[in-house]
Amino acid sequence: MKRFLSGDEAFAEGIRLACPDVISAYPITPQTVVVERLSEMVEDGSLDSEFIHVESEHSALSCAIGASAAGVRTFTATSSQGLLYMAEGLPYAAGGRFPVVMMNANRATALPWNIYGDQRDSLALLDTGWIQEYAADAQEALDMAVMSYYIAEHRDVSTPFMVNLDGFVLTHTYENVDIPDRERVREFLPPYETENCFDFEHPKNIGFSAGPETNFIFKYKEHRAFERAIHVIKEAERRFGELFGRKYTGLAEEYLTEDADYVIITLGTAAGLCRTIADELRREGVKAGVLRIRYMRPFPNEEIARALKNAKAAAVLEKDISFGNAGTVYVNVAAALQWAGVSTPLYDFVGGLGGKDITHADIRNIYESMGKGAPRVTFMGIGVE
Amino acid sequence: MAITAKNLDKNEYFYGHKACAGCGGSLAVRAALKVLGEKSAAVLPAGCMSAVGFNFPQLCFGNNAIISMFAGTASMLTGVEAGLRRRGIKDFHAVGFAGDGGTADIGIQALSGAIDRGDDIIYICYDNEAYMNTGIQKSGLTPFGARTTTTPAGKNIRGNIRPKKNMFEIAAAHDIPYAATATIGYINDFMEKVDKASRIKGTKYIHVIAPCPTGWGIPVDATVEAAREIVDCGLWYLAEYENGEFKINRDPGEFTDPAEYLKKQGRFKHLTDEDVDVIIKSRDKKWEKIRREWK
Repeated sequence: MKRFLSGDEAFAEGIRLACPDVISAYPITPQTVVVERLSEMVEDGSLDSEFIHVESEHSALSCAIGASAAGVRTFTATSSQGLLYMAEGLPYAAGGRFPVVMMNANRATALPWNIYGDQRDSLALLDTGWIQEYAADAQEALDMAVMSYYIAEHRDVSTPFMVNLDGFVLTHTYENVDIPDRERVREFLPPYETENCFDFEHPKNIGFSAGPETNFIFKYKEHRAFERAIHVIKEAERRFGELFGRKYTGLAEEYLTEDADYVIITLGTAAGLCRTIADELRREGVKAGVLRIRYMRPFPNEEIARALKNAKAAAVLEKDISFGNAGTVYVNVAAALQWAGVSTPLYDFVGGLGGKDITHADIRNIYESMGKGAPRVTFMGIGVE
Repeated sequence: MAITAKNLDKNEYFYGHKACAGCGGSLAVRAALKVLGEKSAAVLPAGCMSAVGFNFPQLCFGNNAIISMFAGTASMLTGVEAGLRRRGIKDFHAVGFAGDGGTADIGIQALSGAIDRGDDIIYICYDNEAYMNTGIQKSGLTPFGARTTTTPAGKNIRGNIRPKKNMFEIAAAHDIPYAATATIGYINDFMEKVDKASRIKGTKYIHVIAPCPTGWGIPVDATVEAAREIVDCGLWYLAEYENGEFKINRDPGEFTDPAEYLKKQGRFKHLTDEDVDVIIKSRDKKWEKIRREWK
């Protein structure tokens, strides 16, 4: 069934299909539409979930962890300040191996206050043990709402999953979206079954302390789960493609990278504009390509190294900066190249902070300047010293 | 049926932990779980009881149990209760045990949220009147005059200058179905309140005084005695809030001397007669109101 939906609405439709037992969320712009739609679905009986009106984001995640520890499927959604407020719970859910799914509407972080989209909120929390995916359009948002549960809850993974949607640009932009059939989603996504939960036959103490002798073993197991997640992501996408006819491309999505001289690497919705300009440059005889990172964790190290190996230069375009260094995406991409022994020059372009438009001219400028050797970190269109 | 030593559950649900000798908090947890039994799912935030009970691989709860985030006892209880209910499990108890800091300070927002939602949980605050797990720092429930490591008693300031936050009445102000105060010094009263709470639908809050010999500066065999004296001298009271009404369970009539209670404890050693007078005046004011307004 096709419907004209915003990113937030599409995601809510995906959650209706995944049918979590417990939803605990607190409103924050630009995530709010998701919790409003889910509340309506619970009210009209089309979604059989327990909707819990928590008094904060910290409690939203704490409640989701509790419900996961009780053995059921859980969902929460937030953005920006809310994500930071629940930050304590992120490594908590990950360390406890609770496969909570969260939608995060990427938004700038205060100060100064700003409700528009950039990716500094989720990228600041990259190391908290959550799988991080960045959707590029409303269809992918909906599909990830379903697929995230398959991956997170898989026995080989058992890791929480954050799906990121660019604030406003994706959360509030309307597109034609295909809504999968409910029965077929049931076929795709089995009910959540776990041993990592309370059991009245065999009572369990979970979420415990572990001293120096054992702590690192638990952390190593978390790391290993991300390596296994790479295979589970592929398996999920294969099965999803068979059932619903839509193909996803794993940790990264490449566009004309095979013979590209110049490649832009980016996250989320910015990739769309980059593709348009790559086409334009191709018509002008410039071999331009785009690599969209879909998963920041697990990170597409191999895909990046392979795609950039024969390029003359590459640039990361990111809505993020780690002050005092470069952007977080850049640092990760640079490490991928270093590990693979790829010496393609790599530049960092920081744009879109606080929702500033990334323009056609900005992207052309990235392609043009990386050929000439840009500064290490460029703040695009800053206009001031 | 009243709970007695004879009919009390012989099973231990909090056993083999590393609590200090004479720990009042561990006694409260142990007694409450004997009342609630094996169909309990316990949530304990960061604090003394989680620090002594959950050291992998030495896990000390005989029932289901989990550590929550410090501020998240009540919100995690909400999730646990909803999750177990969704699994179709019946007749279980989602019970939280949080200290005074975990309840009156960092956890008060989540607790207020849970009471506001009417979640079907039992929240037990074991009050040892300071952050004991981190080494005796002042909390919102540290009483007036007490010396802690962050309210040192010196020439300029004589310990904690603020009274205890009134958590019992804060919980009641939400129009909670059931709230009660208790002490491990009158353990039957406490256990009966836990039992009563387990039969009431909605949110239940029990505030139990649980002395800490280490933090209070009393001998390890004086815990129960101190927990009794605090009621006998009127500095704590046994009460309930139910159906919109406050009820005092035990009016000692004539109080024992608070000075005696206070002077036995290292944390109050520095108090002058004037300080004790301030404490007595504040006690009398409270009791005047209790006797006038509560049943």
